[in-house]
Amino acid sequence: MKVALDFTLNGRPCRIDADAHWTVLDLLRDGLALFGTKDGCGEGVCGACTVLLDGEPIRACLVLAARLHERTLLSIEGLGGGELDPLQEAFGRLGAAQCGFCTPGMILSARALLDLNSTPSAHAIREALAGNLCRCTGYVKIVEAVLDAAGSRRPCASAPSS
Amino acid sequence: MRSQSYRVIGKNVPRPDAWEKVRGRPIYAGDSAVAGMLIGRIVRSPYASARIVSIDTRAARALPGVAAVLTHADVPRNEMRMELPGRMAEATAGAVLATQPVLAVDRVRFQGEPVVAIAAETHEAAARAAELVEIEYEELPGVYDPITALDPGAPHVHEGGNVLRRWHLRRGDVGEGFRRAEIVVEQAYRTPFVDHVYLETETGVGWIDAEGVLTLRVSTQVLEHFRDVAEVLRLPHSRVRLEGAYLGGGFGGKEDVTVECLLGLLVHRTRRPVQLVFSREESFIGHGKRHPYVMRYRTGAMRSGELVALEAELISDSGAYAALSPWVLFYSLVTATGPYRVPHVTVDAVTVYTNNPIASAYRTFGSIQTCLAYEGQMDALAKALGMDPLELRARNFLKKGDAIATGQVLETEPMLEETMRRAWAALGPSRIGTGHVRVGRGLGASLTPYGRMCWTHDSASAWVGLEFDGTAVVRCAAPDVGGGQTASLCSITAEVLGLPAEDVVAVGRDSHFTPRAGTTTATRQLLMSGNAVLSAAREVRRHLVDQAAERLEAAADDIELAEGRAFVRGAPGRAVGFAELVKAMPAAGRPTQALEKFDAPSAPTIDPLTGQGKPFNDYTFGTQAVEVEVDDETGETRVTRLVACYDVGQVINRQSAEGQIEGGAVQGLGHALLEAVALEEGISRNPHLLDYRIPTTLDAPAVETILIESGAGLGPFGAKGIGEPAMTPTPAAVMNAVAHAIGRPVTELPLTAERVLAAMEDGA
Repeated sequence: MKVALDFTLNGRPCRIDADAHWTVLDLLRDGLALFGTKDGCGEGVCGACTVLLDGEPIRACLVLAARLHERTLLSIEGLGGGELDPLQEAFGRLGAAQCGFCTPGMILSARALLDLNSTPSAHAIREALAGNLCRCTGYVKIVEAVLDAAGSRRPCASAPSS
Repeated sequence: MRSQSYRVIGKNVPRPDAWEKVRGRPIYAGDSAVAGMLIGRIVRSPYASARIVSIDTRAARALPGVAAVLTHADVPRNEMRMELPGRMAEATAGAVLATQPVLAVDRVRFQGEPVVAIAAETHEAAARAAELVEIEYEELPGVYDPITALDPGAPHVHEGGNVLRRWHLRRGDVGEGFRRAEIVVEQAYRTPFVDHVYLETETGVGWIDAEGVLTLRVSTQVLEHFRDVAEVLRLPHSRVRLEGAYLGGGFGGKEDVTVECLLGLLVHRTRRPVQLVFSREESFIGHGKRHPYVMRYRTGAMRSGELVALEAELISDSGAYAALSPWVLFYSLVTATGPYRVPHVTVDAVTVYTNNPIASAYRTFGSIQTCLAYEGQMDALAKALGMDPLELRARNFLKKGDAIATGQVLETEPMLEETMRRAWAALGPSRIGTGHVRVGRGLGASLTPYGRMCWTHDSASAWVGLEFDGTAVVRCAAPDVGGGQTASLCSITAEVLGLPAEDVVAVGRDSHFTPRAGTTTATRQLLMSGNAVLSAAREVRRHLVDQAAERLEAAADDIELAEGRAFVRGAPGRAVGFAELVKAMPAAGRPTQALEKFDAPSAPTIDPLTGQGKPFNDYTFGTQAVEVEVDDETGETRVTRLVACYDVGQVINRQSAEGQIEGGAVQGLGHALLEAVALEEGISRNPHLLDYRIPTTLDAPAVETILIESGAGLGPFGAKGIGEPAMTPTPAAVMNAVAHAIGRPVTELPLTAERVLAAMEDGA
């Protein structure tokens, strides 16, 4: 069975007939070939599939795609709208991405935090990211990068543009 | 500390792969859909020990959309040889090396052992087919504890008995040592099965290419597994290719074969592209874990603190098959005495089959368990002597010219005391707990090998070439597990050729299209591929300099290269860009590329009876210091501060080096405080991330990293390896800090609240 979905994906209208049992993660990866959203556990624990639904972080593996109808979804591919988001710039510049598998979900959780609180403390950052597991970095440079991105809206001089 | 100044090496520069990763762009092995792709699925044993009475696949095969339902009868050569290349045979003589079948035949030996492989048009059809496979099992008695497994009457996991491999080390006269000793401390230490929990599970996609070559894009640390696939399918090695994607973490868990043979089998039999992704639960029950150890240590010292004797018995649980257990145990043998001078030593080590999960490689490869024991012993000894733990260590640390327990003499200064003093000092002024909170501090000093065992004759190759626009390309089949392996190869090339870092790109990690570089394991890639790239870049540089000398009418010795230009020393106006030089090189008969090989120094195998010899070419030394807070009502432990100080030889990329240490230390904290596979008679009770907890942002403390650059390493520019050493001493430091906080020894990991509380109550 299919459901007709009409929603905003990464700033553009998206119309698709999705399998009724698809999760948002299935829709992004299998339906739309957007592979930036990662599947780390399929059980809502690791946070690698975090995307923003109407600005709120959700676990794409736990939410049915049918719930997207007439709502707004942001995945890593749409963050920054063609430019690098300050969080992406800070993660790249400060070495916060190692294997990179948790990175898209981590950055989107941090984006949701900064949208609510533009000057979070290190502890507030740690609380906001507690649902995003990383096994490579020990979180040190991730917290630094979020603090850095929160502190400035500098142009992304050190990042290659494409 | 290094007098030499580099332009790229050692700098705090972003890695090129990071800019792709923050955009979510890299294609991991599970991130591509190939047209006409089938979905693979594995049916695994629910039992830890059982006979397979029958397998009936008829109903599954009859299901629409099912392309293949394969059993052991479909595997041309049903044995996965997990041998490392190199001359290992003589070192494993006499061992019962039980290799795992691709698909179980008439017996399953652990929960999760693959029995049937399915390929279907959709996930749903594959899942339904898995349900329709009928396997009749007859449960058999199993053995679930390595000490029980050594009993003569214990059920045999394999014919030939449960002893997989013993190693022995004999140095001096341990009896004489203990007679001299004025104080002796004795303690047993235990560690559990631990999972790697990389965020990306085991994953791959395979197809048959236009030339008929079976091609697998796999998340693996070992591209040489194409040989395992070829052997299993009885194909010529040249007909199987592994394409390496960026890994979503490895940590040793993607060193053994994971999806490769199953995926290869499904593609080979269906002649269709197939994707095989292990679920998180499959990953938990299916892949090799860190070995649980039981370690009994006896350490003798003089009242002055001088160590005189050490006796250790190490028992490791190999689980159901051999995998890399003999080698992990060998690392434990070599590191059993730690970074200390001990004249009289006996170590007896054994690894034993059980019906528990397979144990194999995991970051530190047997060095983390022994570190827990030798560092636990140092603190116990300090307490017994009434001596400062730092002074006791300083008195016994290995120095240049000293021999480790295998008799190998250290040719460079380990700088252990400096790493210890600096790490400890950086913890800052001591704190006193208030209320229910007790504060404790502890140390872990360590040695960890980098690079493979000397007798494996390890080598790596790499290619470096210049393009007509003056940029450079590196080709090297070194898998990138996320530690910055690829970026470091680019940095080395940029440094040698005088190019900006962004003008060097590394293309492909592929068993057939890029020069063979060996495994990304054993903290070997910087040493091995780094040196191969260094040689290739220097060879290319030589030709480039000759071209520049001719063009600028100067002596080659006077040519300098920087920022993509060649110029005459002292006359920066006499300069020419690389693009112009490279375009002119073919006509001048000069090569613009080079393929070079680096061979690690080799040595004979160690003496099998005494463990004497040169096991490894070099070691990385370092100390971690931690502060903990223990709630004396609940036993709950929190690490509040962690400082790590290592001699890394030479930093190649500062962010990557710090990142390895920060990540390794926090992984070590998980091992110390949180993580254990909960087993009941071989059955995992926590194969999910909700129940198997790894550190989150709220568990991880601030980590401070202090990097010493002695230049004494065997890697490029004097670098040492840091990937595994980063984790070795963390559990020991945490254990010692908790013992300090509660005033009682704790000797079994993980240090759960219950266990810490029990230790406190023992002493009440």
